[in-house]
Amino acid sequence: MNNTKSQEAELIIAGGRIIDPASKLDKVGDIYVRDGKIAKIETKKLIPRKKIRFTPEIVDAYDKTVTPGLVDMHTHLREPGREDEETIQTGSEAAVAGGFTSICCMPNTQPPIDDQESVKFIYEKAKSAKCKIYPVAAATKGLKGEELTEIADLAKAGAVAISDDGRPVYSSILMRYALEYSKMYDIPVISHCEDLALVSDGVMNEGFVSTILGLKGIPNVAEEVMVARDIRLAEFTKSKVHIAHVSTEGSVNLIREAKKKGVKITCEATPHHFTLTDEIIKSFDTNAKVNPPLRTKKDLDALKKGLKDGTIDCIVTDHAPHSIEEKDVEFDAAPFGMVGLETALGLVITELVEKKVLSLVEAIAKVTLNPAKILRLSAGQIKVGMPADLTVIDQEIEWTVEPKEFKSKSKNSPFGGRKLRGKAFLTIVDGKVVYQS
Amino acid sequence: MKLKSRHLLGLEGVSKEEIGLILDTAETFKEVLERPIKKVPTLRAVTVVNLFYEASTRTRISFELAEKRLSADLVNFSASTSSVKKGETLKDTVKNIEAMKIDMVVIRHQSSGAPYFLTQCLSSSIINAGDGAHEHPTQGLLDLFTLREKYKELEGLRVVIVGDIKHSRVARSNIWGLKAMGASIAVCGPTTLMPYEIEKMGIEVFSNLDDALQGADVVNVLRIQLERQKGGLLPSLREYSNEFGINSDRLKNLNPNFTIMHPGPINRGVEITPEVADGPYSVILDQVTNGVAIRMAVLYLLSGGEGKVE
Repeated sequence: MNNTKSQEAELIIAGGRIIDPASKLDKVGDIYVRDGKIAKIETKKLIPRKKIRFTPEIVDAYDKTVTPGLVDMHTHLREPGREDEETIQTGSEAAVAGGFTSICCMPNTQPPIDDQESVKFIYEKAKSAKCKIYPVAAATKGLKGEELTEIADLAKAGAVAISDDGRPVYSSILMRYALEYSKMYDIPVISHCEDLALVSDGVMNEGFVSTILGLKGIPNVAEEVMVARDIRLAEFTKSKVHIAHVSTEGSVNLIREAKKKGVKITCEATPHHFTLTDEIIKSFDTNAKVNPPLRTKKDLDALKKGLKDGTIDCIVTDHAPHSIEEKDVEFDAAPFGMVGLETALGLVITELVEKKVLSLVEAIAKVTLNPAKILRLSAGQIKVGMPADLTVIDQEIEWTVEPKEFKSKSKNSPFGGRKLRGKAFLTIVDGKVVYQS
Repeated sequence: MKLKSRHLLGLEGVSKEEIGLILDTAETFKEVLERPIKKVPTLRAVTVVNLFYEASTRTRISFELAEKRLSADLVNFSASTSSVKKGETLKDTVKNIEAMKIDMVVIRHQSSGAPYFLTQCLSSSIINAGDGAHEHPTQGLLDLFTLREKYKELEGLRVVIVGDIKHSRVARSNIWGLKAMGASIAVCGPTTLMPYEIEKMGIEVFSNLDDALQGADVVNVLRIQLERQKGGLLPSLREYSNEFGINSDRLKNLNPNFTIMHPGPINRGVEITPEVADGPYSVILDQVTNGVAIRMAVLYLLSGGEGKVE
């Protein structure tokens, strides 16, 4: 039995509910893996369950859901520069524990990923990582917003997008050039939309809660004026723009309208923005200090609506590790950001699928197929010949978030103690099991 | 009766009964302050640290005097003379101070929530002496005390707070305190200095001073800072003064027996004219006197005291 199976496949994921948004497949079946690739998807003659238990090459996925390996197109790994907070290795361990098989790391490291050498450095380090790492390179040299990076070089070295994430390309003319120039290499510009003058020294959403707390506010319009600018620029230059971490109702509305007009725009939202509101800041929890800030119920509902109607293409973590000592300070002094790789899937299932905002298939598309399509990654699908990057999800399991147990080096999550449903049971990259819960 | 919390972080959520207890206790202490020997042994075994991360004259001296009048041991710390300049975090600083065995911390800090943060790091009682634009509860209490002295009953009193509401912790503490006591509250100031959705606090909002002052019993005038002009929030202090400055002309709309308050320090001739600040209806110096009694009451009650003091 073992021998015959081995000839056919090195790994079989048997009996799971297979969901593949690209082919609209949603059926119980067996997936055969050979040479790290998907060799066969069998939905008719399934291996009986009693045979599965005693065969090491066969994964028992009965009562589980098998999806394309999750893709996070917005992660901050802190290497190079802040290896005390996260390395490419530890970030990848956190990723696979969260069910991700591909993650895209943002360029705001120290030094930033802004030349071919630094892109190569990421790929070199990624060789020993648990999952696939795709660098997003800086749009401007040193993220300074003054001169474009060598985008051709960066694209050829494997940068999947360009972005100054963490800050906007503030100069409108430079943003125009970034959009025009990147078009030659067909990579999107990911825009962190923030009017810095309107943000000023704000630390949380400007609203009734900031009024009560006396903390300086970041208004919705600080994001929206830049979203509006980038929509116009993308329209004018006929280039692709991807709006990072959309957080306000106004942004969702602007993007919805732009899509209707045929502007080449895509966007993403994070689990924390569709789960939490600024009310949580009442406890001055610095782990909830994030940029863009947690908004209000109205914005949260608009994000859900945008996810539902397809305005929001992807769900991303914006995983932003920070050391304990950086966050264990008064609210004004804390840096922005929270980790998210290990809570994203649970939040998607708990907040979106369980609450019937999205079907499981719709939700999975936003963390697999859609980001893979935007960045043209060979990922996000269960298809014969594609890399066998798969996530086996236990959709029923209820678990409590314990940041101290995170694989990530950093523990800055406001979700500690929260009960979630759904978790990665098994994560497979190129046919190899890289994580098992 | 005792206070519910071991800390005084703000007046938000503090009940009418608790405020009443603090004001009653302060009345007893005010009487102590009138005696030839202005000192009681009440807090003899208690060590208080005054942590001032932001410049303060009135509040710091007021706390210091309150502590001395209660016979507490006290230590003063101000940011300019501290290890803050050497890069030590707030948490490390206070942990070190607490390791020297203290009981209470009075903190003034430029960041909203800093006193709350201390409650997470320390086991001492924390008193907020002003945090960012969040709260300044002892100022709110001393304002309530001053008004209660004059009007006996705060319920139904019409109080107008005028000035830079956005950046004012005094305004917020006054609003919470006055609301708890049943007063009716309005704020008035330039729209650029009005925080987002402040009306949701259950107060009226005006940008025309004469409208705001119509039928008011009390005008609490806030200090306007020169930095607001530099930050673009105000075209000029001159224009502010013309539009929102309190002068004797403006007072005609007020109810008889009205009161003028100011938490200090005063910019004479900017937000308030000297003749108003020094006029017979001004209680500005009473506020300062009462501040000591209020802080004595707060220190006493938070260190475990109940009701009446001997």
